[in-house]
Order: sequence, then structure tokens, then C-alpha cells
Amino acid sequence: MSTTVNVVMGKKSVKPKPSRARLRRNRLIGWLFISPWIIGFLAFALYPFIASLFYSFTNYNILSPPQWIGGQNYQQMIKDPLFWQSLYNTLYYTVVFVPISTVIAIAIALLLNMKIKGLAIYRTLFYLPSVVPLVASSILWVWLFNPSFGFIDAFLRAIGLPAPGWLYSDAWVKPSLVLMSLWGIGQPIVIYLAGLQGVPNDLYEAAVLEGANTWQRVWYVTIPMISPVILFNVILGLIGSFQYFTQAYVMTQGGPDNSSLFFALYLYQQAFQCLHLGYASAMAWLLFVLILVATLFVFRSSARWVYYGGEQ
Amino acid sequence: MVILERNLSARYSSRRFKLMTASTIKHLVLILLAISFVFPMFWMMSTSVKPDFEQLRWPPVWIPNPFDFSNYPNAMNFEPFFQYITNTLVYCVLTVVGTLVSSTLVAYGFARIDWPEKNFLFILMLATMMLPFQVTMVPLFVLFKTLGWVGSYKPLIVPTFFGSAFNIFLLRQFFMTIPNSLSEAAYIDGANELVIFWRIIIPLAKPALATVALFQFIYGWNDFLGPLIYLNDQSTFTISLGLQNYVSSYGTQWGLLMAASTVATLPIVVLFFLAQKTFIQGISLSGLKG
Repeated sequence: MSTTVNVVMGKKSVKPKPSRARLRRNRLIGWLFISPWIIGFLAFALYPFIASLFYSFTNYNILSPPQWIGGQNYQQMIKDPLFWQSLYNTLYYTVVFVPISTVIAIAIALLLNMKIKGLAIYRTLFYLPSVVPLVASSILWVWLFNPSFGFIDAFLRAIGLPAPGWLYSDAWVKPSLVLMSLWGIGQPIVIYLAGLQGVPNDLYEAAVLEGANTWQRVWYVTIPMISPVILFNVILGLIGSFQYFTQAYVMTQGGPDNSSLFFALYLYQQAFQCLHLGYASAMAWLLFVLILVATLFVFRSSARWVYYGGEQ
Repeated sequence: MVILERNLSARYSSRRFKLMTASTIKHLVLILLAISFVFPMFWMMSTSVKPDFEQLRWPPVWIPNPFDFSNYPNAMNFEPFFQYITNTLVYCVLTVVGTLVSSTLVAYGFARIDWPEKNFLFILMLATMMLPFQVTMVPLFVLFKTLGWVGSYKPLIVPTFFGSAFNIFLLRQFFMTIPNSLSEAAYIDGANELVIFWRIIIPLAKPALATVALFQFIYGWNDFLGPLIYLNDQSTFTISLGLQNYVSSYGTQWGLLMAASTVATLPIVVLFFLAQKTFIQGISLSGLKG
């Protein structure tokens, strides 16, 4: 964690120490400038953060005041098959999507970084799907995946391949959604590309002099040099995947047979359709802990695979 | 000598051949990838201008001749999409204003003033980015319900006037690149921090402000879960919410659905093309400084 913090904070420049009076004045002005955020933090982050922990130990349906029930929501979670199903679905999605999207995004960024003609056009085309509103792209993909008239099935039939039924199949609904998400990886591609363009050329020249071939240059020079960017994207990908919601809500409503009932979708249903606000809060806290553990795990492991140049 | 020359030229041409095939393959792969990225959107627009019978044909009608635009007025008649777009525009503009006003001030406090607690608070702020929406969702809903704000745009707009972590972070990174000597000179001339902020930093930070405004606008346009929770009257829906409402009522009329989706998508795509440079720079910046 400390390494990233240092990177984020940037290098401190050496400056003459300001006078004590100016320091005191600065402290006041500093607090004043950030006061909007302080208020926002207290009201829209810290308060709800603590309140949701409290609600998670209550029975609460918003119409009557919350009732303290101790750990019952958490006990109920253990017995709730839909809870386990939604957790499994979300982990499945995350474990499949994050690695595949990372590899594909890096591969495309590497291709784009090969002094290609028309780079700006390609970059725009790859990014374009990411600005399409999620609801619109969800509807579009329901149409593309349509088993009788959708383009994908028609295409597969035309080249003689079987169509798996996509969103209507228990086994295929999650892979279908992963496929759709891969269409929207323009943002990581652009970030990786920027990272690649920052790799100094003399490193490659040195590698060529040492007799490294293309693959060796990618593996021993490029990947280590962009590893902080990989870390950043993997963590964003993880956090996003754990909260995967809109597409499932619009496209499948959790079906068929709950095989696309993702954690955030089930949580939403519990909170706003069943008004089980206490239970939903307990689920939300579990989600928070899961994201925290996963992120810390990636950060911990990053000490072994992330290279911070000469800064550390 | 002749043999050597021939040998050399053979080696040269085979190398050139290799280079050429390599570049052809690169372009071929990229073109195929680009087609698969663009095709779904093309198909959306193509379906939207086809009469029903052409939608189901194979081999497909790639570009219908003539275009049948009737899906657009039909979709607009079923559902008040213009109302939705107006709602969304007002909502987006207000959140952009809120974000710009608050996040620039906060970012200035973090980037340009030396004071003891700022590093701790900055890390705290970064940590809040990890807080999933789902954790704060229920208590905030209860809070806004108590205030009588549910059903209005207030729960979606008011918080943006108190800064958002990601935008503050982006702006701070940018403010830090502005040389300190500029502020120092103004300070010696008797300017206070607000003057320095307004007269020096803001004019120099225009590209960063544009990036933040753009991100916030697109976020508002595309956000679904927030409006889904807080808006319940159809006349107040955003475009995303209205589109979802439309699907649940006209689930299989693909021409109409694709026309409606195109209406929701086109403004943002046009904006993206107009502001492409700002956009790509902003995204690159967000990743590199992280």
C-alpha cells in the first residue's frame, strides 16, 4: 500500500520552510478550501458507512423504525441459497472477466503501440463502445444474442456452428455477459496505450543489443515497465466486477434460473423490491469486505510483480 | 562478388518481405478487431432504419435501401423521449456545475497549499473511492426519504456540490504540475489564495476542467442505478431509465428498440467525437498518475 501512496503523492520538492504565522494561516485556509469535501465525506460517506453497519444488525423496512436483531441477518445469509448463488455468479464473472479483459486489453494496446498507421482512428474505434449508455448497449446485446433472429446466432448457423442459446441458457448466460463486457474495454486499452508510450525507447534498444527477440522484449521490458498500470486497471476491474449490476438488471433480471443473479442485483432486489433493508445492508457490508480483501490481496501480491522504476 | 551481391539482395528482399507481411498481419488483425468493436453499434443503427420484415432476413440486409425512418417517430410517440432527454440534459448540466465548483476548490486545497493534515485527508479521500455504492445506498436512501427528496433530482445533484473523489484527484494531479513560482509571485504582490485560485490556477487548468466536465456529463447521461433508486415518476425519468422502462413494455419490437437506443446513444457519441482529444488525454492521465 505504501508504495502506491508514494507514487500518488508524487515527489516532494525541496522548499524553504515557510514562517510559523504563514503555516498557521495555511492550515486555516487549507481546511477552508477542502471544507466542501469534508462536509460531503461526513454526510455522504462516513455517516451512511456507519449507518449501514448499524442497519445490518436490524430488521428494517423503512415504514417502521429499525429493530435490533443482533446477527440474525448474517445467519440468514448463510442459510439463503440465493445469497450463495449470487455470490458464486459474481465471483465467476470476476474470475473470468478480469484476467481475460486484462490480457486482451494489453494485447490490443501492444498492437496499437507498434508505430501503426491510423493509430488515432483505431483508438477511437476501440473506445467508442465505452461511451454507449449501458442501458442502450444492454438492449443492443439482447438483440444480437436473440436466439431466433439475432445476428450472432444467424452468423453461427451460416458457418455451420451450433448456437448455445446465450442469454437463455443456464450455462451460457454468464459467458455471454462476459463477452459483452469485453466489447467495452476501451478505457483500459487507452490507459495501457498511454503507459506503453511512456516506456523509454533506450530500454528496447538495450534489449535488442542484448539479443532479445520480440517476445522477450514484451515479457522482460514492456510488461514490467507497465506493471503499475496493470495493477491500477486490475483493481478498477475487480471493483467494477464485484458491483456488476445494470446489464443483468436490463438484460436478464437474474434469469434463467438465477444463473445471472449477481450479488449487486440480488442486493438491490432485497433492498428496494422486498424492502429488507437490514438484510441488504448486511449483504452490502459483506460486499465491502470482499472488495477490501480482494484489493488488499492484489496489492500484497503486487510487491512481487509490480516494478516502480527507480523511485522506490 | 556477384554471388555475394545476389545473396545480399535476396536476404534484403526476404527481410523486406517479412516486414511487409508482419505489417499486413498487424493491420489485418487490427481491422478485424476494429470491425468487431464497431459492428454492434452499426447493427443498432442499421436495425433502426429497417422495416420489420428486413430485420429478420438472412443473409442480412446490411444497409437498407431506402432507409425507413418510421421507427423513430413511432418510438417517440410511445414514450416521451424528448422529455427524458431534456431531463437528462438539465440533470447533467447541474451536476457538471456542482462538480466543477466544489472539486476545483478542494483540489486547490490539496495541491497548492502546504498544511499539516492534508496528506492524511488526501489518503482518506482516495480510500473513499473503494467504498462500493451498495454500502452507502440504503442509509442515503433513508436519509433522502426523511428529507422528502426521493422522487426529485436532489439526491442525485446535491452531493455533487460537495466534491467527488475521482474528480478531485484528477484536478489535484493537474494543479500540481503548475509551477509554484507563479503563485509565489502573486502572493508577494499581495494576492490572497482565492485570487490566486481564480486568476492563475483556473485559467491554466482549463484542459483539466474540460476533462472533468466531460467525465461528469457522460457519467450523468449513462448512470442507471442512481436514477433507478430515486426517480419514480415517469415524467422525471432520465434517458437511461426511460429506455429501460420502454424495453419492459415493448420487449420485442427491435426496430423501435434500436431507434430508441440510437436516440439515447447518438448525443453522447457526437460529444465524444467533438471532444475526443480532451477525453483520451483525461483517461490516459487518470491511469498514469494512479
